[in-house]
Amino acid sequence: MAEDTRLRQPHGATGVLVLGDGTVFWGQGVGAEGEAVGELCFNTAMTGYQEVMTDPSYAGQIINFTFPHIGNVGANLEDIEGPNPHALGCVMAEPITAPSSFRSQQGFSEWLANWGRIGLSGVDTRAITRRIRKAGAPNAVIAHNRDGVFDLAALQAKAAGWLGLEGLDLAKEVSSTQMWAWDGGPWKLGEGYAPGDLPDDAPHVVAIDYGIKRAILRQLVDAGAKVTVVPATATFDEIMALNPDGLFLSNGPGDPAATGVYAVPTIQKWLATKKPLFGICLGHQMLGLAVGAKTVKMHQGHRGANHPVKRLEDGKVEITSMNHGFTVDADTLPGNVRATHVSLFDQTLCGLELVDQMAFSVQHHPEASPGPQDSYYLFKRFVEGLR
Amino acid sequence: MPKRTDIQSILVIGAGPIIIGQACEFDYSGTQAVKALKGEGYRVILVNSNPATIMTDPELADATYVEPITPAVVARIIEKERPDAVLPTMGGQTALNTALALAKDGTLEKFGVQMIGADAHAIEKAEDRLKFRDAMDAIGLESPRSAIAHTLDDALKALDHVGLPTIIRPSFTMGGTGGGIAYNREEFTRIVLGGLEASPTTEVLIEESVLGWKEYEMEVVRDKADNCIIICSIENIDPMGTHTGDSITVAPALTLTDKEYQIMRNASIAVLREIGVETGGSNVQFAVNPEDGRLVVIEMNPRVSRSSALASKATGFPIAKVAALLAVGYTLDEIQNDITGVTPASFEPTIDYVVTKIPRFAFEKFKGADNSLGTAMKSVGEVMAIGRSIHESLQKALRGLETGLTGLDEPEGFANASKGEILAALAKRVPDRLLIAAHALRVGIVPAEVTRVSHYDPWFVERLAEIIAAEELVRTSGLPGDLRPLKAMGFSDARLAKLAGVSEMEVRGARHAQGVRPVFKRIDTCAAEFESQTPYMYSTYAGTECEAEPTGKRKIAILGGGPNRIGQGIEFDYCCCHAAFALDEAGFETIMVNCNPETVSTDYDTSDRLYFEPLTAEDVLELLHVEMQAGTLEGVIVQFGGQTPLKLARALEAAGVPILGTSPDAIDLAEDRERFAALVDQLQLKQPAGGIARSREEAIEVAERIGYPVLMRPSYVLGGRAMEIVETTANLETYIETAVRVSGDSPVLIDRYLRDAIEVDVDALCDGEQVYVAGVMQHIEEAGVHSGDSACSLPPYSLPADIIAEIKRQAAVLARALSVRGLMNIQFAVKDGEVYLIEVNPRASRTVPFVAKAQGRPYAKIAARVMAGEMLSAFELAPRGTGHVSVKEAVFPFARFPGSDPVLSPEMKSTGEVMGIDSDFAMAFAKSQLGAGVQLPMSGKVFISVKDSDKPFILEAARGLETMGFELVGTRGTAEWLKEHGGVTVSVINKVLEGQPHIVDAIVDGQIALVFNTTEGVQSLKDSESIRMAAWSRKVPIFTTAAASDASVKAIAALKARPMEVRTLQEHHGMEPVVV
Repeated sequence: MAEDTRLRQPHGATGVLVLGDGTVFWGQGVGAEGEAVGELCFNTAMTGYQEVMTDPSYAGQIINFTFPHIGNVGANLEDIEGPNPHALGCVMAEPITAPSSFRSQQGFSEWLANWGRIGLSGVDTRAITRRIRKAGAPNAVIAHNRDGVFDLAALQAKAAGWLGLEGLDLAKEVSSTQMWAWDGGPWKLGEGYAPGDLPDDAPHVVAIDYGIKRAILRQLVDAGAKVTVVPATATFDEIMALNPDGLFLSNGPGDPAATGVYAVPTIQKWLATKKPLFGICLGHQMLGLAVGAKTVKMHQGHRGANHPVKRLEDGKVEITSMNHGFTVDADTLPGNVRATHVSLFDQTLCGLELVDQMAFSVQHHPEASPGPQDSYYLFKRFVEGLR
Repeated sequence: MPKRTDIQSILVIGAGPIIIGQACEFDYSGTQAVKALKGEGYRVILVNSNPATIMTDPELADATYVEPITPAVVARIIEKERPDAVLPTMGGQTALNTALALAKDGTLEKFGVQMIGADAHAIEKAEDRLKFRDAMDAIGLESPRSAIAHTLDDALKALDHVGLPTIIRPSFTMGGTGGGIAYNREEFTRIVLGGLEASPTTEVLIEESVLGWKEYEMEVVRDKADNCIIICSIENIDPMGTHTGDSITVAPALTLTDKEYQIMRNASIAVLREIGVETGGSNVQFAVNPEDGRLVVIEMNPRVSRSSALASKATGFPIAKVAALLAVGYTLDEIQNDITGVTPASFEPTIDYVVTKIPRFAFEKFKGADNSLGTAMKSVGEVMAIGRSIHESLQKALRGLETGLTGLDEPEGFANASKGEILAALAKRVPDRLLIAAHALRVGIVPAEVTRVSHYDPWFVERLAEIIAAEELVRTSGLPGDLRPLKAMGFSDARLAKLAGVSEMEVRGARHAQGVRPVFKRIDTCAAEFESQTPYMYSTYAGTECEAEPTGKRKIAILGGGPNRIGQGIEFDYCCCHAAFALDEAGFETIMVNCNPETVSTDYDTSDRLYFEPLTAEDVLELLHVEMQAGTLEGVIVQFGGQTPLKLARALEAAGVPILGTSPDAIDLAEDRERFAALVDQLQLKQPAGGIARSREEAIEVAERIGYPVLMRPSYVLGGRAMEIVETTANLETYIETAVRVSGDSPVLIDRYLRDAIEVDVDALCDGEQVYVAGVMQHIEEAGVHSGDSACSLPPYSLPADIIAEIKRQAAVLARALSVRGLMNIQFAVKDGEVYLIEVNPRASRTVPFVAKAQGRPYAKIAARVMAGEMLSAFELAPRGTGHVSVKEAVFPFARFPGSDPVLSPEMKSTGEVMGIDSDFAMAFAKSQLGAGVQLPMSGKVFISVKDSDKPFILEAARGLETMGFELVGTRGTAEWLKEHGGVTVSVINKVLEGQPHIVDAIVDGQIALVFNTTEGVQSLKDSESIRMAAWSRKVPIFTTAAASDASVKAIAALKARPMEVRTLQEHHGMEPVVV
């Protein structure tokens, strides 16, 4: 039977992906050796693997890249969304090749190894994607051993024993532990990242770091704001001590309900000040929880760079980057909150705003990186609201 | 936003005949548009002169005009039909230019016709180089830097801004004479001085060279609410300098970081907005400097294109259909994605495979033409392949090309080449460049060196190197115990067989014994994120899960024709599509197999299931193996796609696959010279004397026995490949040395050439018992000109009734003798009242769609159902309308191949055809000429020079011209003969050999309005070559046979006598207007 032959290790296999239910995918290990357990999800973007790997929202996850050639343009010091990779590892159809790009500074395999991340290639990644589509994102172990020595039973037990993302407060783990100021601008071809060059009277945004992507900080700066990043657990008083003009709630990993335990009270106090607020992804879910809505885990989540979102105010479609496995349930929005954006793939809620004050959030990633930049305008809208 | 209700009728302009750069992709897009607009309830009026298109099927549009696509003719259609709107973006440059002309001359305004999709302003802004550059400046996008200079000083100043290397183009010189590329200041000074001298206006354009930069294309769709989406990015493996249509390309882009990709995405959208393409699809091309990522915009097309057809097939997103719906006011979020059935069209397709497109060339047909590739497109077709890696995708594409490649085969002529010679060859932009690059790696040249010389991105060179390394391992160690890794790299069984020195069957046997078979994955626009509702599939060996899910139905597979080439093009795709439509109506599940991205057959809408696969025995057998696991495979149709699927018939039969219709043995009998001759004898029919030769000596013996001139051709070819009339033994020896390899496996056929015979083409249907002769077409050019290159008339315009009856009788006898089930095509020659059988092909022919359009009966559909078991008696067969004459004319690409003689011969050279239909032959012929782009003159000077045997034939034409007020000039012999025998005044002009000023001078000077020039014999043909070349380059109408010359005079008389009327096919055929 198919399952049995899969259990038999093919000659030369140096890597394996074992799902909680015992399904095994053999392949070639790359990057770091060892094993890691987490949720297996897929990402359908055709570019930007390095940004994906460094996005803190992928903490606790193993990424199955649907595009078969990953690593073509190598790795560099610019295309990173966090100080280090957060995804546990990645599954690819084809072996990683030597890089070809004037921007490359390191091969992607070496980069993975450097950062202790495990890669697995030579796998039918489309079969995995279809499996996730049908049965939801499974828990899995990814393992790499150059001698091909694996204890499948132990790996399966580890995958099966992992409790999953639900109830897990990963934001606290990836968040900064101290507050810090950010003033870097966006990337330009031939120039790299723009240095911060803001006037003294620029509005001041405090960004709560649940696992913030750097592209968000750069877009806030580009829109004209000074930014101070504070840890996920920062209290309302700590935030107010910084004298902010606006509060930003970042993206981040894990179960929003778990993070909400300490994040929601802080946000509710901020809302009472009537000062502007903007949230992205997990930040959107935090705002949702703070106004009394509920979040639910999605069947397969949205992860890719081609997701259409409809802006309800004028019907305009934005193509967006998405990465979320939970969503705010639109049916639970209270009377003073209205939906602003909706996913055209499955009609799930993608944006909300309070009707009586400037507080809004989106489920998708307007900062892109990777992905289309159709929604940059949201940063401008927020920062202009601070003046 | 709902669709527009202020418009009720829409005129769709097609692209006309298939020419290089404008092929059947516009039938694909136009068909989608017409179907979509009709589906929305609009009255659709269509004009397209190309009868071989699906879009001109009379059931499709409400009013179908098979008329020349010129502003004057389209204006008449507008006047008659009064459409509310015209959609100009579906018919290539032809439609765009025609619509623009009608906007400029006020026709559209006069009749209140709106342009939808793109307006005149946007078209002009995109097409006009200077306006486009200004537009790019306005949005901060770079174009290649450039400047105009009138002195060396100006030029040197400009150089500071433009930078080296620089392209210098003198203004107003022919074909870039006096220009060049300068890599240093010294060269620059020299070329500029030369260029200024060469230019009549002492002007040179100095332009930054982006040669060797990476080239990308983005396919963008925009709706009226300004929603913009990228359907697909395409990366050219061939860098800047080779026309994108002639480049090997991959999708998606494979060597860009996300940051660079997003710059290109934003730029593409900005270009659409600035140019003002309100709705629909556009294509934007970029060049990127591999050193620093600097990006410049090269051009944009504000319409669907060859690339958009490729992008549609590559992603599953039907750009033309969506563009048509957007043009009538829908927005992207209101249109559903057919493939998922649950998501809207407002998203960006994401793919989880690699698509490779490789162009197919036809230089072998144009002797003397330079095969270097440049900025003017020269390829005649393309193949697309899909794999889960670049290796698999590329190797599938190579074998799908059907040029004899099984993969990265060794290029011809390099067996003993030195590394230096290989690198020198690699530096040139030629069709085989990829194979030369692979060969360079094979002989040990390092990838970095290959990159340096070819400017291919190193990433692609490294992948080639991986394939070559795998090849070498097989070559040295033989087949491995596990073939899957090699198969996953895309190696065909045939290639592995060659490398390992075993037979293909041995490889296949070993592979099957190992259980190594491909799985089939779906093209679903979304990388499996959503379930796919359309079984649109490709094979891969890099995977474990098969998504084919064959059904339990009764099914029929139709094998398509593969990449377009001269001799096998859209006509065969038309037949395959009709087979799919008819068998679907008859209740079968239809399975299409093809690898040509331009076609209607590879639209997932055409058949129930689509396999985008190379048409090789291996690939077809594997997919049939999967299909046969459920339901009943009733059979495979191999007779509709031209030679490509026919060649597979034996292999399929041997593997136990049922072949529908005429048996492969009967097909073989018709192709096999000796068996066929026996049959002809038995039936007491007449053939020109002939023979078969398997060696040089045999060939000479046969030719001398039957007597010169003889017609030589290899067996089993389509389009008269390497077919020639040979006059002497010396010629024959040259032919055998240069044109074909004569061997036991591929003998040559030798026939007595019937000089000045009338050739007749017959298409017939047979159900094994009953025969119906659907069309008897009289060729206008005499026998000896390839039938695909001849104009022809349906019904015949000068054949006596008893000859036609005899032709029909012979056709019926042959059909029964061969037990034909389906279509059959026969060529006859009529000489001195005798009917000679030239050739029989028991399969669909190039003329089937023309006959169907001329008679108003879907003969290909009927044939398909007959093949599936029905009898002819079940169908209406007689022509619907009889009060008209249809003329088919061929269209030639000579202008693309300077240096080759634009002469008609037994070797087919035309790329496409048009149809003229009117109440009499003269006007139908006039329309066919106009449709083919030949503007017959109404006055002026006509040059006549004809061979002796033609002189009596040309007399009437000459008289006619004189009567109509034309001035006649001729070579001495012709002039004197016409004066003496007909009293026609013809002034004498020098032949080229007689010294200047001669006829070529007169043509070049624009003094000649029309040329009649027929020749006989090799020498005379050679002497007149410069006349033909001059006429082609100056676009002076030229007729090289007496019959066509005569027809042209009749046409001119008709055009002078009455205005050209336009009529729909529905009117011609007395069809009821179609009710939706």
